[in-house]
Amino acid sequence: MNFNKEKIIDNLDLNNPELKETRRGFGDALVELGRTNPDVVVLGGDVSGSVRSDMFRDAYPDRFFSVGIAEQDMMGTAAGLALVGKIPFASTYGEFATGRPFDQIRQSIAYSEMNVKICASHCGLTVGPDGATHQSLEDIALMRVLPHMNVITPVDYNQTYRTIIECSKLNAPFYVRFYRDNSPNFTKPDAHFEFGKADILIEGSDCAVIATGLCVWESILAAEMLEKEGISIRLINMHTIKPLDEEAILTAARDFGCIVTVEDHQKHCGLGGAVAEVLVREFPVPVEMVAVNDTFGESGKGPELYEKYGISKKYISEAVKKALKRKKK
Amino acid sequence: MFADLKNPVFTDTDDLNEMARQIRRDIINMLLISKSGHSGGPLGLADIFTALYFNKLNCLPSDPYMDSRDYVFLSIGHVAPVWYATLARRGYCPLDELKTLRKINGRLQGHPAPLKTHGLPGVEIASGALGQGLSIAVGACLGLRLDNKSNRVYCICGDGELNEGQIWEAAMTAAHHNVDNLTVIVDRNHCQIDNRTEIVMKLEPLADKWKAFGFEVFEIDGHNMKEILESFDKAEKVKGKPSVILAYTKMGKGVSFMEDNYKWHGVPPNDEQGKIALSEIQKTKYGDFVDYYAEK
Ligand SMILES: Cc1ncc(C[n+]2csc(CCOP(=O)(O)OP(=O)(O)O)c2C)c(N)n1
Repeated sequence: MNFNKEKIIDNLDLNNPELKETRRGFGDALVELGRTNPDVVVLGGDVSGSVRSDMFRDAYPDRFFSVGIAEQDMMGTAAGLALVGKIPFASTYGEFATGRPFDQIRQSIAYSEMNVKICASHCGLTVGPDGATHQSLEDIALMRVLPHMNVITPVDYNQTYRTIIECSKLNAPFYVRFYRDNSPNFTKPDAHFEFGKADILIEGSDCAVIATGLCVWESILAAEMLEKEGISIRLINMHTIKPLDEEAILTAARDFGCIVTVEDHQKHCGLGGAVAEVLVREFPVPVEMVAVNDTFGESGKGPELYEKYGISKKYISEAVKKALKRKKK
Repeated sequence: MFADLKNPVFTDTDDLNEMARQIRRDIINMLLISKSGHSGGPLGLADIFTALYFNKLNCLPSDPYMDSRDYVFLSIGHVAPVWYATLARRGYCPLDELKTLRKINGRLQGHPAPLKTHGLPGVEIASGALGQGLSIAVGACLGLRLDNKSNRVYCICGDGELNEGQIWEAAMTAAHHNVDNLTVIVDRNHCQIDNRTEIVMKLEPLADKWKAFGFEVFEIDGHNMKEILESFDKAEKVKGKPSVILAYTKMGKGVSFMEDNYKWHGVPPNDEQGKIALSEIQKTKYGDFVDYYAEK
């Protein structure tokens, strides 16, 4: 496969990649920021050990504020801290970081343009056995609809680390989405990285696959399957959902005439929706969306759920074939 | 065995304590099989659940949604294992189903699921996101009162859960509307995820808070069957305002190395720990639903 050597680590072993938690990238980056930037503060919602902000808490206890299990209060408090010049990182599980305090985020953070970084761990189906209440599948939708909000869904540990460091430098509200489980760590830590600029990870000649978060790895595995059948894809890591890299999408549409989107999120209003909005406006081509199809999840192991809810590599490669069939000759 | 019986199934506290012990053993076995889930809260609540389902509630497992039933809302969905084990022992579902905790295509979801999707009979509504149960309970109370119905409503909350503002919004609504068909039970185990409750977010003086919000407050030892039953009866007699029972419990009750230790909030025992746990909780005449170590 034609990997982009600038973005992907050398000697990537597809069968046995290095595994590392994205949430750990968040925790490590917070500790680094604590060391270098005295204005960085962190809010904890009784899940600090789970989201890995406990590392910051233990290193910089004076700049860590426990608000208890009170996500609405957490977002308001973060806005207040930002108002007086701090750079607050407010973190909890994805559902409780977005759904629960949506109005507090909307009014006090997005509308008021407060410099708050909302950091959501445990997103998507991979929280597995916890079941539907804890599987945040609507968070991208909720955050991307808000004016002023930046929405980043990094792909692995390295990119989560980079995202946290880089977003601290920008005076703007951010939503950063990551995960609980170990996942392949395969992007170069020092590669060029820019919010709003998608990364081409694999170059190909038949179809473009635009994926985000953990589904990028699943798409790499799908690319490997497709290659055996003589189909080659361009794989785009859309790590920034907002502002969206429209140019990368339109270029792909013009180059291939069809697009597949992949995400661990509801089909509606997520990455697929965002891509489709651009395409219908500018350059309509067939789009196949690999995502959770308007249903809640359930308990089960992550990989089992990826199969049952149709977002595993098998479904990605089927979607590519379907997109190719639909494309105008 | 009990599916067609109305309460009280047991009146003798020895009988209730024996069932509570079996439920504790069931919780350990379920978690050993699922290898995922919460140990501490469920073990701490086994006595209260037994008292509710084997003595107090107007319920009938063979007709789980009968019109006259008392309503149970589990605001802390993460303690589902104690609820599932109790429901199974009472006859709401086959005992064997306890093997399916947190497994795909099953009804024993990690957090209680609504019946319409894939939940278990006896569950009224989804829970798992903390802080929402009391509002639902108050809504049910208001509706039942409008219909002149005498069903009682029980809502089980965690102490950490009381950090959520919505709980106190619901508490105000309950008192404002003089809701007296409601018994709130707070699992006062002083533990939540990150630490002990008073370190994460100070709750004390907790009884005074509830009093100030207009509740009649009962404080009990949540492992003393007699006190539990008496408090249920006393709460029922309160008129014109809602009641709350602050049940002082121990997280992980019954297993020495889990007791009163917040680190057991959200993890299952491993095989070695499970063996010790089962050796510490005396067997009962009911027998386990599985011989985990033999079947392994
Ligand atoms: C809205 C919401 N925020 C956070 C969580 C994650 N969470 C699950 S249980 C829990 C701690 C609950 O503490 P407590 O009510 O005392 O229950 P116990 O630890 O005694 O079982 C937290 C923070 C959640 N389920 N819902």
